Amino acid sequence: MSACLDIANLSAVLANGQRVLRSVSLTVQPGEVRALVGESGAGKTMIGKAVLGVLPSSVRIVEGDMRLEGEDLGKLQPKARRTLIGARTALIPQDPLTALNPSRRIGPQMTDRLVRILGWSGDKADKRVRQLLDEVQIRDPDRVLKSYPHELSGGMRQRVLIAAAFAAEPRLIVADEPTTALDVTVQKQILRLIAALQREHGTAILFVTHDLGVVAKISQKVSVLYAGKVVEEAETADLFAAPRHPYTRALMAATPRYTDPFASLKPVDETVLAGLAAEIAAADQAWRRPHG
Amino acid sequence: MDEARISRRGLSPRLWLAGGWLLLALLAAIFAPLVAPQDPLAQDLMLERLPPFWLDGAEPGYWLGTDSLGRDLLSRLIFGGRIAFIVAFAAAIAACLVGSVLGLIAGYFGGWADRIISRIVDIWMAFPPVLFAILLVAVLGTGLSSVILAIAIIDWTRFCRVIRAEAMGQSRMDYVENARIAGYGRIGIMLREVLPNVVPSIVALLSLEMGIAVIVEAILSFVNLSIATDDPTWGGIIAEGRLSIHQAWWVLVFPLITLILTVLSFSQFGEALKTRFDPVLR
Ligand SMILES: Nc1ncnc2c1ncn2[C@@H]1O[C@H](COP(=O)(O)OP(=O)(O)OP(=O)(O)O)[C@@H](O)[C@H]1O
Ligand SMILES: [Mg+2]
Repeated sequence: MSACLDIANLSAVLANGQRVLRSVSLTVQPGEVRALVGESGAGKTMIGKAVLGVLPSSVRIVEGDMRLEGEDLGKLQPKARRTLIGARTALIPQDPLTALNPSRRIGPQMTDRLVRILGWSGDKADKRVRQLLDEVQIRDPDRVLKSYPHELSGGMRQRVLIAAAFAAEPRLIVADEPTTALDVTVQKQILRLIAALQREHGTAILFVTHDLGVVAKISQKVSVLYAGKVVEEAETADLFAAPRHPYTRALMAATPRYTDPFASLKPVDETVLAGLAAEIAAADQAWRRPHG
Repeated sequence: MDEARISRRGLSPRLWLAGGWLLLALLAAIFAPLVAPQDPLAQDLMLERLPPFWLDGAEPGYWLGTDSLGRDLLSRLIFGGRIAFIVAFAAAIAACLVGSVLGLIAGYFGGWADRIISRIVDIWMAFPPVLFAILLVAVLGTGLSSVILAIAIIDWTRFCRVIRAEAMGQSRMDYVENARIAGYGRIGIMLREVLPNVVPSIVALLSLEMGIAVIVEAILSFVNLSIATDDPTWGGIIAEGRLSIHQAWWVLVFPLITLILTVLSFSQFGEALKTRFDPVLR
């Protein structure tokens, strides 16, 4: 069986030639949660956008390919690619406020996609949306469906977006730091909800985060990204038991709850960063040669 | 929350005052032949320069007095409102349609479309508007349709600039990206995700533009470049009033008040409507 998502040697550059993704390879098997962890600016969001076909116009893919359930996205016509991505994927975004249109009610925003993209009847879409709202433990669907986004709390909005993401039964969900914009107390609930729906629906998730605690809770596999390069990938349990790459170890050391819960957050060790810089410079050197 | 919302709606005096004046003026203009006390064109030298009703020498039935040809001022203002409102609606709607469509396209699609449209707007804005209007009417010939056309041709850029900026901001929003991921086409996204968010601004600008159109029409008729017939216009009455300011100040003052009230009401009404249309603000 082919992987749900298979990215091979994906490289992307900015308009000024700076590389943002350096030969990234990663797979997400059907029904599996793959965490993508790394510090801010590592390129986690870029990978998600590349998969979903919404890279900013300043970013250009220069090599590699992406397969969604075996279909090579690079070989499809733009229209066919859009249709495929629209039918098989969904996004749970970072900021639940800007991800909902402020001037449209929740109901139409949720059902629209089912009706227009998947061709469902309005009734079927409405039933489906209510079922999903129930699954994310929204107890007053009538009020929520009639509300405008700003009338709901951040946690409620994120529940709505999770329900919307699962509603069309996508094969792959990209969750881009879905809890960072929320209160700490709400974060836990939302994480539990995503995990529960993921298990229930058997959806594969590419879960972007910079929080190792979240990685441990939700994922089976994990890729560690640094400066657009995957420096380590492993089963989640193995990674925590025996991190191989020095950067991963540094990241863990910098996350207090895995060593000493009372220690303050420590910056990643200087020597590790120097080593990484050398590693990346070497990779770029090797990459530039065949590409001019 | 709902209660607060209702009370705030009820308490918008700005909306009611502005809307009230506009409605009154509009109804008077529409039903001018029924509500005007006199024939606005009837001259009577026996009745020249009658003062308004509260001054000595006023005649019943001539509430705001008469001009130097003995024509009833109130009736002339009411009939003049017809031209003013026709120009306001027609010119503002035309400018709004052209400007908003181009602004949406430039702002949402960006790239070449934006570069071309923005360039045209820049060139357009280099002309001083009143001079531009006078020039256009001189070329197009006087008459109601040239006045409307001239205002629309000049003022579409107002809409274009604002709507472009707003659409550009919208196009970077996550919900627009989400719609892309879901597989919507670009035009569909522009209409469904972007347009509803710029409608409040379009409404406010439209109302403001109606006020501007009223002023421009008044200026054009003041310099005798508006309509060719002798139907009364506010600008025309102001021009006549200016000549007799020392003998009959009311012929200048009342049309000025009417004009200012109407223009202010349009802009206030637009602002109030904008707040009301905006789901976040209201
Ligand atoms: N629209 C853009 N145009 C050009 N470069 C961008 C754009 N957005 C991000 N970048 C750059 O691309 C790199 C990767 O950014 P990305 O947003 O993927 O990081 P991230 O890992 O998601 O970080 P964070 O944890 O802060 O979300 C960064 O160096 C960033 O400066
Ligand atoms: Mg990010």
